[in-house]
Amino acid sequence: MENLYPPIVDGKSVYDLNSQKYLKMWHGPQHPGVTGNMSLELDICGDQVIKCNTHVGYLHRGFEKLMERRRYINCFPIVCRICVPEPDTNEYLFAAAMEDLMGIEIPERAKWLRTLNLELSRLASFLMWIGGQSGAFGMGTVAQWTMAHRDFVLDLFEEWTGARIYHMYTIPGGVRGDLPEGWDKRAEKTIAAVHKLLDEINYVMLNNAIFKQRAVGLGVITPEMVDAYGVVGPNARCCGLQRDIRKDQPYLIYDQLDFIIETETAGDAYSRTVVRWKEMYQSIALIRQILAKMPRSGALHATLPNVLHLKIPKGQTYLRAESTRGEYGYFMVSDGSAFPRKVTVRGPSYTHAMALLEDLAVGVNIADLPGLMVSLHTYPPEIER
Amino acid sequence: MKKLYDILSLQFELADFESKRSDLAFCKVKASQAISLLTHLRDIHGYTHLVMLTCVDWLEDKQFQLTYLLHNYATKTDLGILVFIDRDHPVMDSLHHLWKQGRVYQRELHEMFGIDFPGSPGVEEPMILEGWQGPPPMRRDFDTKAYSDETYSHRPRVQNEPEQHMKEQLYSED
Repeated sequence: MENLYPPIVDGKSVYDLNSQKYLKMWHGPQHPGVTGNMSLELDICGDQVIKCNTHVGYLHRGFEKLMERRRYINCFPIVCRICVPEPDTNEYLFAAAMEDLMGIEIPERAKWLRTLNLELSRLASFLMWIGGQSGAFGMGTVAQWTMAHRDFVLDLFEEWTGARIYHMYTIPGGVRGDLPEGWDKRAEKTIAAVHKLLDEINYVMLNNAIFKQRAVGLGVITPEMVDAYGVVGPNARCCGLQRDIRKDQPYLIYDQLDFIIETETAGDAYSRTVVRWKEMYQSIALIRQILAKMPRSGALHATLPNVLHLKIPKGQTYLRAESTRGEYGYFMVSDGSAFPRKVTVRGPSYTHAMALLEDLAVGVNIADLPGLMVSLHTYPPEIER
Repeated sequence: MKKLYDILSLQFELADFESKRSDLAFCKVKASQAISLLTHLRDIHGYTHLVMLTCVDWLEDKQFQLTYLLHNYATKTDLGILVFIDRDHPVMDSLHHLWKQGRVYQRELHEMFGIDFPGSPGVEEPMILEGWQGPPPMRRDFDTKAYSDETYSHRPRVQNEPEQHMKEQLYSED
């Protein structure tokens, strides 16, 4: 069996695909183990990956090009669609970039409501991710539990904002409306149920022998790799780095909330799972803190000029926020007209799914590849925009 | 940030320092010095994180603005390095040896704006638009409407009066 593996010349494995010892295989674009639609072109030897190439482009809708031809307010229905599980980060960052260029300060209460919106969507996004992570390792039951609980969170969103997935709650200058009467109590009931589910996930998933055997040591990210590959978010925190934009460059009202940066040290798929699992507890705690401390009266949005004729002063800015996958950023350039000159979306998956995954996949068993992909929490529309 | 700019100005030809916020600043540098400036910032001044590389098309000035945004985790500041290159012959030095994700950004810019980065691995390969025949689509002078009119056949919109349509469909014999 040993002589099957290709010889290494100058740090690269050299092999002849026609020798019949190696096989080229496509993993995706339509595959239950792939997050979203992207494909991996794999060269395999036996059941081990020896080369991986990421192919994207199946979800390209040209968002950045579309935005150049739309007024700022018309871009709102576009930006949220860049990330389906967590659209609120996009809405917040687009609005914040506009406000930064226009020099608008939003009311205190709007900041609290935006933070609540971001944390609740973080919880929903993590619930969807943990379903994918467990499903990739053959534990479909956990996936069903978490997807059901995500739906309860979406119920809260529906009651609050009128929509389940694309809330469009954050608008330039503030937020769209107040919390409904009695929403706090229903939110507490739902997040208490999620809290209980997380305790159960600890027993059935994180302490499960099969899950541990497959996830421990899979796709190890070392601290040296973090800056070299541009790794951010939980993927960077899983190898012991204390990096969280909510703490490092606090935006909205995160500096008034009490939380710590969750880290692990091993850097593998298992520690990434643990970091995110801990962050879900943290998210629940943050939602409770916000609901307890939030001011209940005051303006919801600042006064803006007519948004249909809005012109933004010439300039450029970059705004970032911590999404579930790490640093999410918007680079906005205005030329003084009513249309954005250029909006660049910096999605965390851009680096995780292309440069990093291609290197981490080498040497991995093909059965573990979906688990590796999900553990990086990649999401293709962010790459293609 | 102004302090850092003054220190860097001793070695590099920088211009147009613009402090956007206390933690974000932009400055311009000549294309020939850009990669050595980025290496210097990464190795000496702690700007170890390449946040993104993007391009803005200034069609009226016949220029592309490449923006290299770097982040320093120790001081928690961002520095945007702006490089203006000729729009008609867009060539820029590659930074794939500094950051692994650099080649992905350069591959995208090559595809979307037609900027060449000689030496960057796989820069010629299509990334998102496999089989694309037209000009680089993110350029400002690319007309999406004209392209789709030429490329795809026109499908006229048929509108029926609901009442009349149902009558014809369901009770055509009457």
